[in-house]
Amino acid sequence: MTHHRIDNGRPDTTRRETLECMIWAGTGVLWTVASGVPVSLGLLGKAEAAEAVTKGFTFLQISDSHVGFDKAANPHALDTLTEAIAQIGALPAKPAFMIHTGDITHLSTAAQFDDAARVIGGARLDVHYVPGEHDVIDEGNGQAYSERYGKGKQGAGWYSFDEGGVHFIGLVNVVNLKAGGLGQLGLEQLKWLADDLRGRSASAPIVVFAHIPLWTVYADWGWGTADSAQALALLKPFGSVTILNGHIHQIMQKVEGNVTFHTARSTAFPQPAPGTASSPGPLTVPAGELRKFLGITSVAIRPGANDLAIIDSTLARA
Amino acid sequence: MTCRHRPLWAAGAIIVLSVLAALRPAGAEEALVRISNFAFVPPDLTVKVGTTVTFRNEDDEPHLVVAGDGSFRSRALDTKDSFAYDFSQPGEFSYFCSLHPHMQGKIRVSR
Repeated sequence: MTHHRIDNGRPDTTRRETLECMIWAGTGVLWTVASGVPVSLGLLGKAEAAEAVTKGFTFLQISDSHVGFDKAANPHALDTLTEAIAQIGALPAKPAFMIHTGDITHLSTAAQFDDAARVIGGARLDVHYVPGEHDVIDEGNGQAYSERYGKGKQGAGWYSFDEGGVHFIGLVNVVNLKAGGLGQLGLEQLKWLADDLRGRSASAPIVVFAHIPLWTVYADWGWGTADSAQALALLKPFGSVTILNGHIHQIMQKVEGNVTFHTARSTAFPQPAPGTASSPGPLTVPAGELRKFLGITSVAIRPGANDLAIIDSTLARA
Repeated sequence: MTCRHRPLWAAGAIIVLSVLAALRPAGAEEALVRISNFAFVPPDLTVKVGTTVTFRNEDDEPHLVVAGDGSFRSRALDTKDSFAYDFSQPGEFSYFCSLHPHMQGKIRVSR
């Protein structure tokens, strides 16, 4: 079953209306939230949706902040990241922590990593990172990222942790890429994943996060991971799997069996929808429109339920 | 509604480089591979031994130029950055962008 993004399409989007899209993972129920009140498009009522947003355990995803990017598509990527962090404080539920699904920086420089850490630190939340390909292009082939975020992690920076009754797994699919290929996890990481999942209860919810999508969104642009099928096979026995990615700077969602795939917006610049331009890359939108294409993602875990609610918000203001 | 940013400097840069190449004395061969819209242009280039090939990034996105056999590797090339490599041996050299590995090219070096 596949879902596509819901967008209210109104140009005069107010701040409270920016909570515009929610997918109920597992049950596949879509939600839109207008004027701060969730409107059910599926099986669940308003009260239940509102409760999911305001109660229980939530965490936040930001992605593709590209600190240091200063081209036409967004000359001030650090400013829009700052806006995204400010918006986190206005969420109806304070998140337990934040994940960043990579491309923290644009060019892996020390100054860009420092700026990103300073601004993201303003959220006063624990942040769990995975690298994007833009974070490992320093002269040391990823040394800059490893020095900052590699402590206590495996290989190029993969790891897992448990919080709120959910098992979180951060994967790295942006290193040692091969000519003509897609993102890649590699044998060492897949072996680690098998060990990490061994003996776990099939009923415990799992959240996997990585930079490049773990399903093939668009192979012609490299928007997929070559060996993701092997990772998904390892996750198949589990009743609730949510996979959160970035990289493509737009929302894509797919539900396949017990697995929900979701990609987040960037906080820096949009990219074209697959196949709608001659290439991927920074997309320049009309002046004043940019913030409608940028945003953050909040994920709520309902007490006593295995399915997660994923809520995307843009940076657009009234 | 949306538009792609196409920098004007790119065309000017090619003209300047072409003029510079034309002014050089015979024997010091140079060639240019543009990196544009996530592609190496031209993707397949034949040069003589001793030619210096310059790879120039015209995208608003960084790229790398990495030889398939590891014989050369650029640093990350930001917009307008370039990387030059002297092809001193004959043969076929496949290369790709290690950031966007679907981007591939080939330099054929003839005697």
